[in-house]
Amino acid sequence: MERVSTLERAIRTVLIVLVLVFFLFPIFWIVLMSFQNNDQILRIPPSILFEPTLANYTTLLTGKLQTTAGNLDIAFLKNLGNSLLLSTGSVILSLILGVPAAYAFARFKFRLGENIAFTLLSFRFAPPLLVLLPLSLYFKQLGLTDSYFGLIWIYQLICLPLILWIVRGYFEDVSPDIEHAYRVAGHSWWTTFRKIAIPLARPGIAAAGLLAFIFAWNNFVFALILASADKQPVTVGALAFVTASGIQYGQIAAAIVLSVMPTLLLALYAQRYLVEGLSLGAVKG
Amino acid sequence: MASLLLDNVTKIYRPRGKAPVEAVKRVTLDVKDGEIVALLGSSGCGKTSMLRMIAGFEDVTEGAIKIDGKEIHRLAPAERDVAMAFEGYSLYPPLKVRENIGFALLRQRGAGADIEARVKEVASLLEIGDILDRYPSLISAGQQQRTSLARALIRRAPVSLLDEPMSQLEPQLRAILRARLKDYLIAHKMTTVFVTHDQTEAVALADRIAVMEKGELQQFGTPDEIKTSPTNLFVASFIGEPPMNIFAGEVSPVSGGVAVRGFGPDGTSAFALKAPGLELDASRRVQIGIRPHLIRTGTGASDATGRVITNHWLGDQSHISFDIGGCTVVGVTDQPIAARAGDALPVGFPLRAIHLFDPETGNALAHGLDRAP
Ligand SMILES: Nc1ncnc2c1ncn2[C@@H]1O[C@H](COP(=O)(O)OP(=O)(O)OP(=O)(O)O)[C@@H](O)[C@H]1O
Ligand SMILES: [Mg+2]
Repeated sequence: MERVSTLERAIRTVLIVLVLVFFLFPIFWIVLMSFQNNDQILRIPPSILFEPTLANYTTLLTGKLQTTAGNLDIAFLKNLGNSLLLSTGSVILSLILGVPAAYAFARFKFRLGENIAFTLLSFRFAPPLLVLLPLSLYFKQLGLTDSYFGLIWIYQLICLPLILWIVRGYFEDVSPDIEHAYRVAGHSWWTTFRKIAIPLARPGIAAAGLLAFIFAWNNFVFALILASADKQPVTVGALAFVTASGIQYGQIAAAIVLSVMPTLLLALYAQRYLVEGLSLGAVKG
Repeated sequence: MASLLLDNVTKIYRPRGKAPVEAVKRVTLDVKDGEIVALLGSSGCGKTSMLRMIAGFEDVTEGAIKIDGKEIHRLAPAERDVAMAFEGYSLYPPLKVRENIGFALLRQRGAGADIEARVKEVASLLEIGDILDRYPSLISAGQQQRTSLARALIRRAPVSLLDEPMSQLEPQLRAILRARLKDYLIAHKMTTVFVTHDQTEAVALADRIAVMEKGELQQFGTPDEIKTSPTNLFVASFIGEPPMNIFAGEVSPVSGGVAVRGFGPDGTSAFALKAPGLELDASRRVQIGIRPHLIRTGTGASDATGRVITNHWLGDQSHISFDIGGCTVVGVTDQPIAARAGDALPVGFPLRAIHLFDPETGNALAHGLDRAP
């Protein structure tokens, strides 16, 4: 009996380690790369032993890239700031628009409601490259090209459907009678929405917000076409590391490490709401 | 503390892509100030729909609802000043039982400091004083139901709506709480409409009972009226346990009264009674209803002879079923009867036990043969 469970535990440990290695190894390797120079990275066979250097990070932070073909200015920090601004802005905008809309779609059955909800979702089906040409023409006409406002507007098309559909499911899982009980005690619709409906859907809102943030953060083509250098996010900014004298793998790795940070921190922060969701789930309705 | 009037209220649900459901049909219900009314009826007959319209979670398709003479059916739920205990409890999961009960009072003027005292009061009334600091997910269904009931009672609202408030409790506890609930409602003069499937509960708690079927109000009267003079076959067979015996029959004029004949399944006469003091011009067909509790057996009973089919002593009463000319008649006695299946017993139908109904409409023609058919 005891032996079986020891064996079982051993097997389980091995399996978990395998899974972790599978998922985490690329990240681990990138972190290692970010402390090496290009020669060390490209050496064959690759080795885990090297003399770590902070050069990649200092390059990124000072914005001066030295290559054999000369000095280049890179705007990595500016890109990082843009990414933060664009992603946060579009997620906040989408939450403000999407959460009440999700509530409406969940609670009220109105004419064409289902069609509208589906249309919003269908924004996600359109291949970005197909939308880009008409979009950039419109942006020129409206004078939105190369503005944060225009970019956030477009990013919001990525976030809104996601938030709408995820949060809607959470609202639908909460029995309307919980809200009714609060309203009959003398509270207005608006207070009930704020005090009862939103807190009960908070895990869903956290999950949807996080997911939307990741999608917005990772977007590439919209910003590439619709914005010029000083408005571009890190995804586009990383192109600068492909230089005339070769690809700067070390800096790319360091840039990846830095640009994963915000998402990682946000995920850690959102985690408590996600876990809260699991424990609340038992008593819906 | 307020009167409640439902004036010709109709509710039609129109689910998308499905046929409309007429859940409540032209119901008029006049509840007096401080009165306790039970809604009784089979599942799906529209009881919850009525309460939800009064509370304001469903709009009224036609008709009006008035509290103290003031139309309220277009107001927001918050402005109606009614309290409601929900069929599905609907407790707020992140709050403890104590806060769930208390939050109903937060908006009430002047409640302020004594919220805590009032929570304690209703909690001990409903025997949930020991779980006040637990979360709704960690208490039993019966405790959740009492918490939900407490949340409605603590308000002492002018009109309280209780949807099956004690359906989850065991009979002993239910009996205790029923008595306490009644005292509480009377002490605070709370006008109350409650839904129940338990006739004992309806009779014990309510001043008047509204019997509903298929969205229509069948009868609205005191428990005694409902029992002794049901307005139609539905009410007659719905109220009472075991249910009323119903047979096809005929009444015809005889000298000095009417003769009542019950038919067996083959259409032949199964038993006959004479009811003196009634007048009738011509014979007519009827449905005869006989209350099991009023049927007599043994010495002194002489209306018919019944062959015993079953005889069960339930500890406080006997249920005996007889075969009388092909009709199965159930009778109840409060003494054990020494009779076995197959025995023949004399059976008596006191006039009080007999109700006559129109076979087409089902409406009552006479009760206890005290009125002319
Ligand atoms: N939102 C709704 N949409 C469509 N039909 C509904 C809706 N709510 C209730 N109904 C229908 O209306 C009728 C009455 O329902 P209601 O809930 O009032 O019954 P009830 O008397 O409370 O039953 P129970 O004793 O089972 O609680 C039922 O036929 C039900 O299917
Ligand atoms: Mg119901």
